[in-house]
Amino acid sequence: MIPILLLVTFIVFTIVNLTPGDIARTILGSEAPQSAVDQLRKQMQLDEPMLLRYVNYIRDIVFNGDFGTSYRSGISVFPEVAQRFPVSLRLSVLAMAFAVCVGIPLGIIAATKQNSIIDNICSVSALFFAAVPPFWFGLMLIFIFSLQLGWFPTNGLDKPSSYILPILTIGTPAAAELMRLTRSSMLETIRADYVRTARAKGISENQVIIKHSLKNALLPIITQIGMTFGVMFGNCAMSEIVFVIPGTGTLILNAVNSKDVPMTTGTILWLSVTFCIIMLVVDLIYAFIDPRIKARYKSTKGVIG
Amino acid sequence: MEKVLANQSFNKINYKKRSQASFIWKKLRKSRTAMFGLVVLTLFLLVAIFADFIVDYDKVALYQDYKHRLALPSSDHLFGTDNYGRDMFARVVHGTRISFSIGFSAIGVAAASGIILGATAAYRGGWVDTIITRIMDALMSIPSILLALAIMAALGAGASNLAIAMALSNTPQFARLIRASVLTVVDQEYVSAAKACGTSDIRIVFKHILPNAIGPIMVKGTMAIATVIITAAGLSFIGVGVQPPTPEWGTLLAENREFMRTNMNLLVFPGLAIVLSALSLNLLGDGLRDALDPRLKN
Repeated sequence: MIPILLLVTFIVFTIVNLTPGDIARTILGSEAPQSAVDQLRKQMQLDEPMLLRYVNYIRDIVFNGDFGTSYRSGISVFPEVAQRFPVSLRLSVLAMAFAVCVGIPLGIIAATKQNSIIDNICSVSALFFAAVPPFWFGLMLIFIFSLQLGWFPTNGLDKPSSYILPILTIGTPAAAELMRLTRSSMLETIRADYVRTARAKGISENQVIIKHSLKNALLPIITQIGMTFGVMFGNCAMSEIVFVIPGTGTLILNAVNSKDVPMTTGTILWLSVTFCIIMLVVDLIYAFIDPRIKARYKSTKGVIG
Repeated sequence: MEKVLANQSFNKINYKKRSQASFIWKKLRKSRTAMFGLVVLTLFLLVAIFADFIVDYDKVALYQDYKHRLALPSSDHLFGTDNYGRDMFARVVHGTRISFSIGFSAIGVAAASGIILGATAAYRGGWVDTIITRIMDALMSIPSILLALAIMAALGAGASNLAIAMALSNTPQFARLIRASVLTVVDQEYVSAAKACGTSDIRIVFKHILPNAIGPIMVKGTMAIATVIITAAGLSFIGVGVQPPTPEWGTLLAENREFMRTNMNLLVFPGLAIVLSALSLNLLGDGLRDALDPRLKN
């Protein structure tokens, strides 16, 4: 876990700091005298080698919780990200809840009634929504539900009702993916011998589906849920821009547009680390659910991730 | 009678020569959804290739006609015109060329570098494998849109930079996939046999190992192009990708966003172009996966 995190921070730090051009010159503008630029370069330690700056950066994060200061506004990166991150996280988690509540049941129904009308409708709409760009879907939702029908506000997150459109925007493609995966995963287990045996024992159909079929189909679905969080952070950023929500997405975009290196690095790092933690949790859940993995790790005492 | 016989012998020869590709094609042809995807995709590709013959770029797609600003769809302007009086149909047609070149070039580069990295890792093993796998894992721990954003922040906006960012952020997935498929065949006897004959490593990888691992790469590649088209449009939409007046689909959406109330057509057509192209690629990818699945072989 720690080596992966260090590598992730190193990659993000290196990529963002590769910006061509003199950062000090960009900050001061093209008319500033060369001496002032040189002084700022020295002050910001821009002349130091990249590796040393990286080590300093990590040292500041680990020991002082300091992610640096914004080049533009001069405010500290950490409080700014910490203030906006809950908004994005809340949106992502709510959207994921929506995707799970819609995608998995629809996938189960589609699989149990394979080739029926319901299955076809579900599969076709899942295919469609998997191909819809979230930001465009958000625009369409705004057009229909805000401008035409006037049911929901077009932007911001002031009222509970203003959460609905962003959640639909981020959640629907994820629900489509989950539905497709649940369906194909269920179709594999539903024909398995142990399911036939369970039916032969005379258990009710619902129990067969939930206890025998779904339980075995669940592993790839859980992995997919974890992976989807990564996609969701990205999509969340885009729909924050569509709906003008003050989350991390709008923060990154402003930082990227104004070449604000510490803010960009800090925000992307923050989200990536959160994603790493989610994937770790998924691994743990995996080990908890799958008795095969549990058995394998029992001897080595649960060293996972 | 003679004709029938000739036909039969012709078929016989064909049957003997039937390669894996023709086998896959035969199965693919049976899937109606995959064929639909293929037809739509071919149409898009034709539009992308012959965009200049359909409508001229400088004379129509960039031509500003202030007398006909924000016109609704009509026989003159199929998709209407934008705020500068530019014909939206022409802009969407030329957007096809830009979006598709970004998609195909990015995935082409990503697949090529993924093949090199993945095959090296799996074939060499040992510390080479450990280092490549670790770096790829770390890259995959960064949500790919954010990774692309970081790269765009460093490189600056523009179509070619967008393609580079998309290629880089997709490489780890290919490397991982190829490493996994190469690992399944690297221990096979025919590989050992080739080694015993003194075949060079590069020849073994390209002649003996990769052809057996190409199926998943094709499926993944087809679907990844769809994702790249969507993501690239998204990055252009938020202003860090292709810059106006270049008519990339995402850029078109960003340009016309403020006219949503009055001219919905300006947002519907570029969006539908993204959806249809991504849909066709996904359908084709699904069909390919089914055609390549050995469990469904009959």
